[in-house]
Amino acid sequence: MNPVVRWFHQLGSPPYFDRFASRWAPWAYVLGLLMMAWGLYGALFVVPADYQQGDSFRILYIHVPSAWMSMAIFALMALYSAIALIWRIKLCEILAMACAPAGAAFTLITLLTGSIWGKPMWGTWWDWDPRLTTELILLFLYLGVIGLYNAIDDRRAAARAAGLLAIVGVALLPVIHYSVTWWNSLHQGQTISLFGKSHMDASMLPPLWWMVAGTHVWFVGSLLSRARADNLRRESGKDWVARLAGATQ
Amino acid sequence: MMMSAARALLARDLRMLWRRRGDALQPALFALLVVVLFALALGAEPQALAKVAPAVLWLAVLLAGLLALDTLFRGDAEDGSLEQWMLAPVPLWWLVLVRTFMHWASSALPLLVATPFLGELLHLPHDQLPVLLASLALGTPLLSLIGAVVAALTVGMRRSGILVALLALPLYVPVLVFGAGSVAAWAQGLDSTGALLLLGAGLVVALVLAPLAAAAAIRIALS
Repeated sequence: MNPVVRWFHQLGSPPYFDRFASRWAPWAYVLGLLMMAWGLYGALFVVPADYQQGDSFRILYIHVPSAWMSMAIFALMALYSAIALIWRIKLCEILAMACAPAGAAFTLITLLTGSIWGKPMWGTWWDWDPRLTTELILLFLYLGVIGLYNAIDDRRAAARAAGLLAIVGVALLPVIHYSVTWWNSLHQGQTISLFGKSHMDASMLPPLWWMVAGTHVWFVGSLLSRARADNLRRESGKDWVARLAGATQ
Repeated sequence: MMMSAARALLARDLRMLWRRRGDALQPALFALLVVVLFALALGAEPQALAKVAPAVLWLAVLLAGLLALDTLFRGDAEDGSLEQWMLAPVPLWWLVLVRTFMHWASSALPLLVATPFLGELLHLPHDQLPVLLASLALGTPLLSLIGAVVAALTVGMRRSGILVALLALPLYVPVLVFGAGSVAAWAQGLDSTGALLLLGAGLVVALVLAPLAAAAAIRIALS
């Protein structure tokens, strides 16, 4: 059998995933934190102040990566849920549900940092603007997924029901992404682009990419350790968990 | 086959509705109470009321529909009819669609009929009434279809309580924005057809996808 395919099948087994996650989660955490620290250093000390906004634009280095993560994690959660619903892979149910708390946290950070930035720049903490509203709805959707997952007793049925909600909610993602283009919005349009030319000065970009990469890697660590915990809880009756916990027969 | 199943389900639901006539009026009564509360809280000043009337009416209809959501599948889940739906030779999504239509007809349609009356209570300007009715006629079936998915997701729980609201309201927001927005645009002298067309497009998409999603949710809840 092809080693990659074999590894993929092995990863679906709870004990193997537990070993995999416990080996890699700390690395992802450390690497992600280092990248974010380097990015933050660049953002706070290296990058020059904006000619219009002064120093307050620097909050963008937290706001933009977490906004991207809030949407990317929702898409990932819906993808895992779809895989779990179609192929009934138990690990994907666990991974999908492990996405939700981190995604909700990133959404909350996005809203809070945007609000803090909005007070001096727009003169208001909050405005019922399409992008702000849709991001707030995204937070409620995350909370709904978490709430539904916790409300149903049977873990597998709970994960599948919450996953279905995530798939239904994914219809909102394009609306958030294009909200600044479709409606007149207080929020600025897209200024940063991965492939095309960004409308930001090149000297301001490297810390942003470090932050974006750092949040992604940190999220992998968070996903692995959350999924590992849920996996252990579900398998708590099994022998291998008892051995792992050091129980004597 | 599908038509006869639909006819049988509709006849049964109508008979059940007739036997419990009082329950059927509850959403309309609730909407009336919401309107009265808004009017009293806002100070009963005609100009102030007329300004917010379309938004208040939309909210009253939306909240009444939310309150009625729990009854959509609950009775059938408790007496085991829902299992029979899954075993039926007609597709589950078809029965879900018929039931959702029946639910809309029994909970939202009376509200639509009562809207001119409720509008009078709030001094709704008469020229806004047709736009409001059109947006409600397009929006309430959409709310019912989205609500069917949420009701199906929570059908396995003994007590769903606040969770239904937490799940349904974020999904209701776009409908509310375009529904109330269409009347607000008309009141400002702008064209409201754009928002109404978006509501119609959403209704068409939901008519196709929501019964499928709700059927999948029922299968998850009862598996």
